[in-house]
Amino acid sequence: MSDITRDDVAHLARLARLAVTDDELDTFSRQIDAIVDTVSAVGDIPDDVPPTAQVVPQTNVLRPDATEPSLPREAALAGAPAAEEGRFRVPRILGEEL
Amino acid sequence: MTAVSMPGVESAPYTVEEVCEQFDPVMGLEVHVELNTTTKMFCGCANAFGAEPNTNVCPVCLGLPGALPRVNGAAVASAITIGLALNCQVRERSGFARKNYFYPDMPKNFQISQYEDPIVFDGYLDVPLDDGTTWRVEIERAHMEEDTGKSLHVGGATGRIHGADYSLLDYNRSGVPLIEIVTRPIVGAGVRAPEVARAYVTALRDVLRGLGVSDVRMDQGSMRCDANVSLMPKGTSAFGTRTETKNVNSLRSVERAVRYEMGRHAGVLLSGGTIRQETRHFDEQSGTTSPGRPKETFADYRFFPEPDLPPLEPSADWVETLRARLPERPWERRARIQTEWGLSDEELRDLVNADALDLVADTVDAGAPPEAARSWWVSYLAQQANTAGVALPALAITPAQVARVVALVAEGTLTNKLARQVVDGVLAGEGEPDEVVAGRGLAVVSDESALTAAVDEALAAQPAVAEKIRAGKTKAAGAIVGAVMKATRGQADAARVQELVLERCR
Repeated sequence: MSDITRDDVAHLARLARLAVTDDELDTFSRQIDAIVDTVSAVGDIPDDVPPTAQVVPQTNVLRPDATEPSLPREAALAGAPAAEEGRFRVPRILGEEL
Repeated sequence: MTAVSMPGVESAPYTVEEVCEQFDPVMGLEVHVELNTTTKMFCGCANAFGAEPNTNVCPVCLGLPGALPRVNGAAVASAITIGLALNCQVRERSGFARKNYFYPDMPKNFQISQYEDPIVFDGYLDVPLDDGTTWRVEIERAHMEEDTGKSLHVGGATGRIHGADYSLLDYNRSGVPLIEIVTRPIVGAGVRAPEVARAYVTALRDVLRGLGVSDVRMDQGSMRCDANVSLMPKGTSAFGTRTETKNVNSLRSVERAVRYEMGRHAGVLLSGGTIRQETRHFDEQSGTTSPGRPKETFADYRFFPEPDLPPLEPSADWVETLRARLPERPWERRARIQTEWGLSDEELRDLVNADALDLVADTVDAGAPPEAARSWWVSYLAQQANTAGVALPALAITPAQVARVVALVAEGTLTNKLARQVVDGVLAGEGEPDEVVAGRGLAVVSDESALTAAVDEALAAQPAVAEKIRAGKTKAAGAIVGAVMKATRGQADAARVQELVLERCR
């Protein structure tokens, strides 16, 4: 049984830079708690089973160190809400407390 | 001396000596090195410094949805090579992990790094100190990761985040291969801690430069050092709370940053305060540190295995091939050269300071004896470089060409005086040494029949002198030698001419 609190959700939300309402803190803590509960079933697996991060049995998939075409700059910036001097423009970095 | 620990006010730092009367410093150094591969870590975009903003970017390094990373094999080879040079073990199976944090310089919102299974681990570097002794720095691990983009903060007075109105992002550096090399805690250095820190980063830079895997330019950010410092009261062994100082952009700054933090910690601790675990920012101008942005705690990074990249299992063959290619360590090479060439400490230092060590070594490799090679580079060529106002390596003559001139002198084709003229010709762009010799007609006349003919001619032109010599007045030979030297425009070996004159008059 996991125990995700409203504080945990608020902390996660801050890490993800998400604004969460008071009601959402309740909703998400219940939901995340249920998710963590479900996933915690992996804790029942014996320790001698190696963790699986990959389901495809491959190793050493390496790329030669050869240049491939990059995006034209206009294309790279096309999806940005704002650009300036060939750069992506973002709000003052995350309302830094400094 | 007073130590103030009011919030927001810097304590007056204690000197390192004062600190070490009561504390033992503990350091941990994290060095990030940008590899000089052709392409980035996980995509084929060019890894180039100084390109126009956002011209070396693609869906992978911009973190666009659906883009998949592919590992650069050359970067893995460099990582293994670095590990081997640092006496590390190479992990049989290692993998990548996601380090999650939200910051605009990281458009995926995670950095691909390595977590529990770094590619190389458990090594050491024996670091030469100024007094000729060696300090062994233990290496905990070195792992592969990707660099972030570059932010430009607009609107703030100082270009730092504080007060900026907005930020502009260039992702050319995003995804550039990085190797992070992490030491184990360095304990017991005492007052030498700042020196050990600088010596370690210096030695590491020299080793990496020798490997050719990175530009290791601290001023351009291709090598960056984070210095962790803490103090523990003398006689205790539990580490104190550490701070991590970033933005340490020169070897000298490494030493200054450690010294400053030692003094600052002591000031806080001795006045009854506590050190906050935090990231601090080094200021080159003032030599002080100030608190940096609050960072996530370690758990907040929520590392987990990168599902898009299969694990690495470097074969023993590959590792041994890379090991066999390791060059000699720079300081070991210097020591070997000093012994082989029989140089004094001062002569070696002069060679290193004049940037001449590699040039002389290459000249020796091209067949010249060390003494002759060294003599050319540190005297005549150094003068020419000085006159031309260029660095020695920039002179328009190669070690192979110098070696050829040395050989021409050794075989008697050139005298030292003629050799200097040949070097002048090479520097003036007249071609290879042999071409200058031919072009300027500088070779010593060593053709015996030609010399004999010239001697006979001179004797015939001065019958009275010839008669005196035949009568045993060998001193008179000087006049004939002079005539022959004049006829050969000074390019004959005068001693040999003297012998020939006496032979012909016997």
